[in-house]
Amino acid sequence: MAIVYLILAPVLGGLIAGIDRKLTARMQGRVGPPILQPFYDVAKLFEKEDVTVTPSQNFYILSYLVFMAVTGALFFAGEDLLLLIFAFTLAHIFIVLGAYAAYSPYSYVGAERELITLMAYEPMIILTAIGLYLVTGSFYVETIATSQVPVILYLPGVFLGFLTVLTIKLRKSPFDISTSHHAHQELVKGLTTEFSGATLAKIEIAHWYETVVLLGIVYLFFGFNPLLGLAVIVVAYILEIFIDNTFSRMKWQMTMKSGWGSAAILGFLNLVVLYYFYLGV
Amino acid sequence: MAYLKKSPWLLHYDASSCNGCDIEVLACLTPLYDVERFGIINTGNPKHADVFVITGGVNEMNREVVKNIYEQMPDPKVVVAVGICAATGGVFRECYNIAGGVDEVIPVDVYVPGCAARPESIIDGIVKALGILEEKRAKMKGQEGSA
Ligand code: SF4
Repeated sequence: MAIVYLILAPVLGGLIAGIDRKLTARMQGRVGPPILQPFYDVAKLFEKEDVTVTPSQNFYILSYLVFMAVTGALFFAGEDLLLLIFAFTLAHIFIVLGAYAAYSPYSYVGAERELITLMAYEPMIILTAIGLYLVTGSFYVETIATSQVPVILYLPGVFLGFLTVLTIKLRKSPFDISTSHHAHQELVKGLTTEFSGATLAKIEIAHWYETVVLLGIVYLFFGFNPLLGLAVIVVAYILEIFIDNTFSRMKWQMTMKSGWGSAAILGFLNLVVLYYFYLGV
Repeated sequence: MAYLKKSPWLLHYDASSCNGCDIEVLACLTPLYDVERFGIINTGNPKHADVFVITGGVNEMNREVVKNIYEQMPDPKVVVAVGICAATGGVFRECYNIAGGVDEVIPVDVYVPGCAARPESIIDGIVKALGILEEKRAKMKGQEGSA
């Protein structure tokens, strides 16, 4: 499973990105690029001249890609959810380090914003793991995914909270503060400002891996019914695209409030209710 | 492999344009012309850009800026000068602070005529530039092979 993931996830992630751009264009009344556009972009980046500001940035970005792939491999090997979250966070620390390594005010601002988003979504991700543990009695992805308990019925709040941080994680408006395809002159693409060519392509591929893992976590809530799970993934992603297109970018304070707010209200409250009324199901 | 032609990211810089040509460049991105269907993305970052679209004549203040942006773009790259001002300085040619066309400062690959240049001709110019971009890529690769 893990090996299949390592090979297929970039393909799937790239396709999702392509469909995303097409749907976005259609929502805006445009024709939009071909579905395979993200692959063209990445292939092109590999053709470009390699401009490196500091050699260490390439190392950090490679680590980012590797740890993102490891995260996904852990997930699809059915490993421990906590270990997975750890690898996931580590991957992001590497991209932040890469941006800091480049000595540019733009990438500094991008890196700081990335750290803020990291802070914003982390509590909710951990609450998600705890919630899944409370309901299914295990941190192992395999056990959770194959559990026959209708997890979503016990964790509706946690699920909604997770969807909120999913918007942050997928770098969708209104939370695309650290890097975005749409932020032109005002952000100069934040975090990725100093990366070009093959390095930038690696970031893109890592993002494809990431998308697949995140959608995989969505599936965990519906493990009792695989078809429903897949349907929810599709609906959730379309919802994210819709949100992306209807909101403008907001300040980082809003990202913090949404991330922690959803963790405190949706996530925590859900867990409290679960703890007092249903524990032992 | 010629993926470069399928995914040109462009950087748009206004070196003292009257804003007429700028508006037309941005019009290309609107739903009516929708250049994203050719894979074109308007980036704000020279390090990500393949095509440098520049409007207006270069003035003495931003001579260095234009040069700097051009030098930051990784090879292969092309420059498209949009509008008469970008070609020769146009109506501002006689002004004391205007250096003249963009080619005073950096090499220009394609000139797009018009005052203001129409979105159709801008798209034409960029498509033409893509051909040159591909040539440059092939040349770059040839050099790498022989080196
Ligand atoms: S060519 Fe005409 S429209 Fe374009 S910048 Fe010059 S004066 Fe303005």
